[in-house]
Amino acid sequence: MSPEPEDEVIICRCEEVSRKEILEAIAEGARTVNEVKMRTRAGMGLCQGKTCRRLVSRILAEQTGQPMGEIAPATFRPPVRPVPIGVLASKDDEGQSDAS
Amino acid sequence: MRETEFAIVGAGPAGLSAAIEAARAGVQVTLIDENDKPGGQLFKQIHKFFGSKEHYAGVRGIDIGVQLLHEVETCGVEVMLNAVVWGIFADHTLGIIHDHKNLHLKAKKILLATGASENALAFPGWTLPGVMGAGAIQTLVNIHRVLPGRRVLMVGSGNVGLIVSYQLLQAGAEVVAVLEAMPKIGGYGVHASKLRRHGVPILTSTTIKEARGKGKVEEAITIGLDEHWREIPGTEKAYQVDVICLALGLTPLSELAWMAGCQFDYIPQLGGHIPVHDANMETTVNGIYVAGDVSGIEEASTAMEEGKLAGIAVAEALGYLSAAEAACKKEVVLRRLDELRSGPFGGVRKQAKEQLHQQRCSQ
Repeated sequence: MSPEPEDEVIICRCEEVSRKEILEAIAEGARTVNEVKMRTRAGMGLCQGKTCRRLVSRILAEQTGQPMGEIAPATFRPPVRPVPIGVLASKDDEGQSDAS
Repeated sequence: MRETEFAIVGAGPAGLSAAIEAARAGVQVTLIDENDKPGGQLFKQIHKFFGSKEHYAGVRGIDIGVQLLHEVETCGVEVMLNAVVWGIFADHTLGIIHDHKNLHLKAKKILLATGASENALAFPGWTLPGVMGAGAIQTLVNIHRVLPGRRVLMVGSGNVGLIVSYQLLQAGAEVVAVLEAMPKIGGYGVHASKLRRHGVPILTSTTIKEARGKGKVEEAITIGLDEHWREIPGTEKAYQVDVICLALGLTPLSELAWMAGCQFDYIPQLGGHIPVHDANMETTVNGIYVAGDVSGIEEASTAMEEGKLAGIAVAEALGYLSAAEAACKKEVVLRRLDELRSGPFGGVRKQAKEQLHQQRCSQ
């Protein structure tokens, strides 16, 4: 089997975002994990970036020269775990719903 | 809304130890875990622990897990399993999905003991079936007694890579080589020697370049690295393998701490961005504590001690222990932590932890 070219390598497996797409986002001016995420959807899938967030940070560091420590992770918002939306939308024991 | 005095997220070694310590002092504790069994990674640890007797040296991780579970049950901790914490909100309130119901739990104090996730490496072919993390292999081999494959290439020579390689040998697989990108072996000499005695080569300054195969891993290509981590063309080697195991370190699972507004510091020796905390394990957000891998990647033995510290500190803050009682208990734990953080490996972590504590105290 012929080798997969380096830039075709998938970085975000959940959303199937390749290294090439992330490089393009950076070329268009993305400088943070959030900006890469908003342009490409990397980190927006089922695992919410648990596998790819560090890979994206590393590519950002290597392309922009920023040290890894200065590349903050993307913003975390609830829900931080994949949860059934029906359960979130249902009323809790006090009749409140988090989806409202 | 339900209420509790002390909510602990994560029932691994840190969470369990904190629960026991606080409950013994009289604190009402709710211990929450998303799995159907508490214990975290302890039940994958079939090897014997190091350290002194107080650190469970010579005891296997699984046996420590059983012991901690027994203690948790006998000291009146409420354990919520299959419970996913999906958010943390103002006033120390957790959003939890439990038994297909969404509930809110308000706590006076919260300990985040959420552990860590495995680091990945993206190389051509890394999404082929057969490329997997060391944690998955430990689950397969040590818990379910299923071999992931017959011939394994291990990427990473830290303790996890070395121990999992040895466990694969014990389970009947062949480990063709252990790769290490650094010029020297990452983990303890004692683990590396065990592998070498079995004839497993540990190749330093070498990394994985590519996984090849039709629908699954059939071949791994490795490549040598120079002192600047650049690949050296012409040093590629091919190995016929069906498994490529990635043991490349861990990153703290700190989403809830970010969401709670904790201040972070970047400390590569501890795994990246770490919530700043003091010697009581309290973060920069009042009443929110961290312990175990989320507060800096270390080991199960240090996680248990950090959990105890948090448990004691919470019991003190809630008035169940006097300042003198708490100080006395903390001193014992801190001394054991000091012992665990000695030597060339532990010393680096000790320094890094002190750096975090100073930041917290200077605020």
